[in-house]
Amino acid sequence: MTSGKCYRNAMDTVTTPSIQTSFTRKELFFCFLYMGLVSFGGVLPWARRELVDQRKWLTSEEFTEMLSLGQILPGPNVVNLSIMFGARHYGATGSILAFSGLMLAPLVILLALANLYGSFSHYEAVQHAVRATASVSAGLMLAAGLNMLAKMRKAWGDRLVTLTAFTGSGLLALPLLLVLAVMIPVSILFSWRSHR
Amino acid sequence: MNNSRGLGEICGYFLVLSMIAVGGANVVIPEMHHQLVELRGWMSSGDFVSLVALSQAAPGPNVLIVSLLGWKVAGIPGALVATFAMCLPSSLTAYFFSGFWRRFQQAPWRIVVQGGLVPVTVGLVLASGFVLAHEADSNWIAYCITALTAVLTWRTNLNPLWMLGAAAIGGAFGLI
Repeated sequence: MTSGKCYRNAMDTVTTPSIQTSFTRKELFFCFLYMGLVSFGGVLPWARRELVDQRKWLTSEEFTEMLSLGQILPGPNVVNLSIMFGARHYGATGSILAFSGLMLAPLVILLALANLYGSFSHYEAVQHAVRATASVSAGLMLAAGLNMLAKMRKAWGDRLVTLTAFTGSGLLALPLLLVLAVMIPVSILFSWRSHR
Repeated sequence: MNNSRGLGEICGYFLVLSMIAVGGANVVIPEMHHQLVELRGWMSSGDFVSLVALSQAAPGPNVLIVSLLGWKVAGIPGALVATFAMCLPSSLTAYFFSGFWRRFQQAPWRIVVQGGLVPVTVGLVLASGFVLAHEADSNWIAYCITALTAVLTWRTNLNPLWMLGAAAIGGAFGLI
């Protein structure tokens, strides 16, 4: 992180600071392949762990920003993230590599499971094992959220928006589109006021 | 329900769905149930529900539910066509939009908008963690596992595969 910080100070004009990294197309593909393979219960926590914590290809702030864009565009946010991350480093080739890496292993596993499913789903042990891993997946998602929260700008308006979005989508189970349609304009307004 | 559907029909449906699915595949699960089960009768409601459960238990992005639905309707070709149809329009949008967004990296309006998106996203990620916990955790041991995982992942660098493995073994032996 230290070298990353030096770079950021030197490039003070850059608003979203980037950690200086270089990696090959092969590394890009295998990183997303790994994520796809291990991402039980959701890709997001794994994407954050690999791209931010382990490989340091993105800062926490950049990750959250890229995910935010993936969120408002149509399509699954992590698929959009793979497209945008790939594009940033290797253009269209990068997008294709990251996307296919992410999808390949799970697609093969899922189709294999689907063919077996009728027979093996009846085993009680399998169902219990799957249920127990779902509890872990929930914890992983919460940790990813807490990590993102910790790196957020410390402004009361932002905190309020996060709390409201959490309450609306989580506690009240309101439709996601409704939460986005209401909270994004409000949040942009807060952001505009604080940037003046 | 045995006759295999035209791949063109599958393709057409998911190409359109792709552009509606703001927020991801989970958001359009009710819409897919309505279309595929109730209107088109491509599968039974029971089939639909068990495919959703299977896709959530397996690794990978949520969008893979679409692959399973395509598979149910028209086998492996159905799975591939549904997956690509669901991902292509949204991925093209993301690709061109990310280029556009980078071009305005320094623009004040972009910084303001980006600053507004972030807190909403953080709230939604925490909300999905809460919803997952609410669905998965049926007793206090399960809640403890969720809490322990969250703390360990947040505070340490331990690979979550250890926690997944331990939970799977504990679950299989009826300890959880």
